[in-house]
Amino acid sequence: MSVPQVAAAPVKKLGARGSGARGEARFAFLLLLPAALVVFGVVLYPVARTFVVSLFAVDSPLPGSYPFVGLGNYTRVFRDPDFYGVLGNTMYFTLVSTGAELILGTAVALLLNAPLRARWFWRSLVVLPWALPTIVNGALWRWIYNGQYGALNGLLEALHISSTPVQWLGSPFLALNMVIAADVWKNTSIVVFFILAGLQTIPSDLYEAARIDGASAWSAFWRLTLPLLAPSIAVVLVLRTIEAFKVFDIIYVMTGGGPASGTQTVAFYTYLQAFSNQLFGYGSALAYLIVVAVFALAMVYLRLLRQGQMAGVE
Amino acid sequence: MDHIETTQPMELVGTGPTRRVVLTVGGGLGLATFLAACGVGGGSGASGGAGSGKGAIRALVMKQAGYSEEDIRKMTSTFQAANPDIKVTLDFVAYEALHDKTVAAAPAGTYDVVLIDVIWPAEFGTKKIVADVSSKWPASWKEQMLGGAVATPQYNSHFYGVPWILDTKYLFFNTAHLAKAKVDAAQLDTWDGVLKAARALKASGVTKYPLVWSWQQAEALICDYTTLLGAFGGTFLDGSGKPAFQHGGGVQALEFMHQSITDGLTNPTSTQSLEEDVRRVFSAGQASMAMNWTYMFGMANDPKQSQVAGDVAVLQTPAGPGGRPGVNGSMALAVSAQSQHQDAAWKYITYLTSPPVQDKFALSSLPVWKSSYDDAAVVKTNPAVVEQAKKQLADLILRPQVKNYNAISLVLQAEIQNALVGKKPAQQALNDAADKTATLLGP
Repeated sequence: MSVPQVAAAPVKKLGARGSGARGEARFAFLLLLPAALVVFGVVLYPVARTFVVSLFAVDSPLPGSYPFVGLGNYTRVFRDPDFYGVLGNTMYFTLVSTGAELILGTAVALLLNAPLRARWFWRSLVVLPWALPTIVNGALWRWIYNGQYGALNGLLEALHISSTPVQWLGSPFLALNMVIAADVWKNTSIVVFFILAGLQTIPSDLYEAARIDGASAWSAFWRLTLPLLAPSIAVVLVLRTIEAFKVFDIIYVMTGGGPASGTQTVAFYTYLQAFSNQLFGYGSALAYLIVVAVFALAMVYLRLLRQGQMAGVE
Repeated sequence: MDHIETTQPMELVGTGPTRRVVLTVGGGLGLATFLAACGVGGGSGASGGAGSGKGAIRALVMKQAGYSEEDIRKMTSTFQAANPDIKVTLDFVAYEALHDKTVAAAPAGTYDVVLIDVIWPAEFGTKKIVADVSSKWPASWKEQMLGGAVATPQYNSHFYGVPWILDTKYLFFNTAHLAKAKVDAAQLDTWDGVLKAARALKASGVTKYPLVWSWQQAEALICDYTTLLGAFGGTFLDGSGKPAFQHGGGVQALEFMHQSITDGLTNPTSTQSLEEDVRRVFSAGQASMAMNWTYMFGMANDPKQSQVAGDVAVLQTPAGPGGRPGVNGSMALAVSAQSQHQDAAWKYITYLTSPPVQDKFALSSLPVWKSSYDDAAVVKTNPAVVEQAKKQLADLILRPQVKNYNAISLVLQAEIQNALVGKKPAQQALNDAADKTATLLGP
């Protein structure tokens, strides 16, 4: 019934290109306006403002006239000896946690993809750590690692592995590794789900064909599963690397950056400079450098992914 | 259906935004964003106002040491009963979050009342985050309050708040543990005596680690270091305002701390502990001696929260070669400079800091008023601590009163921890801290 009416309207509009067309365009913009305002308010404005602040020696949260320093805050970052320490911690955290999450996550996903009894239950169980807020996760592990009454020392003692309580968060390098372990425990879940989703897209007849060709389970994994999982791995790798590079909350709760700054990361250091020291200009420059680093990482991964896909096509 | 499919693209071509429109709008939006962001500083920039003395106010306080959340809620409800036209909303945060939340909330004027530590008036006052209330301060208060309290919200002869929590660190000990190890409590009058007692307690097997401290990389570490620095005769800054903690007493204090760890007298969890961790270990009977704020006395003697209730005694800070100054760990209530209800905020502050309210809650935190210490009811609330406080509160040592104290404190925390975990010798750690501090202090 309504078809002829719908068809007629554009003809009329096209014929009278002018007020009617502009009216619809205006209407379209009007519809887009709320979304544009939100993007402007919560993304574009803070991004632009942070950049502007990074060019001034801002040392208060309140408005005022602050000296323009140009790229001074950026060059200062590279002259700051503490920055290199926290950058090293961040790189280590990112590499080890992402690597461990990827290996562990792939292993668990393969297990959950197998025809297990009550598979739905095991799959739901894996969500739990990820569903836990990071703050709760941090507090939980802080208690588990406590050198005086922590559960980990209790377990080691009960199993007669060690009777001397270990200060898990007592020395800088060990503490960094223990924080990584807590992060891995929580974030492996998300890797599992990405990989599991990828595994479910692989047709089972491919494995059947491989089996007929005499491929072992191991070579089927290396030559079939892994290459076909590459897109899922790349996506989860980008996400986890970026998240790990920005790590803040688990450090804030578990160690406060200590002992001896051993668990301070770039994001935590940025927070300290901006809010504790009120060096907002310097903090903004640090924040921008994090953005640049994350952007570069994302570009590298996406390029690798594209190359991988191209190679696959060939 | 076919008809519709053929007409849709035409309509889109005819009315959709062209590339030029998209670029113009996008570019305009980008430029507008950049220009809008060009005002440096943050927030609306609106400055505060006195208000009508009525309305809704919001206060940022601490859920840690001093008055408990329950105490503060009780005080607030009696204030509201007496002032029904003022509604107070309370936000509680851990001490570690207090400074940063105050800073972050300042531009928006979220809070009308903020609790500030003794180390912040210089920073918050000069940056106009809290209001200068010198004109509202009755001259009589300077006489009626204890000296350490009067100094708390003061910087450059200006007052930036009203003292509310008057505190220093005391030495708590477990009387049953000392009796078991046959240690005379009189020995705890000096730091040398404390170490001797700790050795005896360890040797007798009463506690594996007799001492526990709050030496996490946080301000709590600086509080304990300040106590020891004072006892060993050191100072943070010299007469000309240059770092001096890397000489004499400052170094001895850090060596004392490190040695007590390597000797197995200090619980190794201390480097990861805050005050609440110290209280838990002490209350579980796993330490015989601990430095902490007043509040621990009540909680460690409460059978509901402590396994050592009834065995807890308190002494003023032990003496060293430089005397026994206690760290000034007092806090004040301040009016936010961006508050639109400064009169109502002031009313609330003067109520919370008034002698009757402070006297009533003396078990959690001792009053700032001299007269309270002669009030039998107050003494009865907390006789053991009042007895020590009378001596200790007259002898307090301040941490550096400088605008960028926090930055200096972060440097010191990191370097002191470097020494405590054995990454650097004490002297080198403090030399490094002094170099960085000198840069932060400027010429």
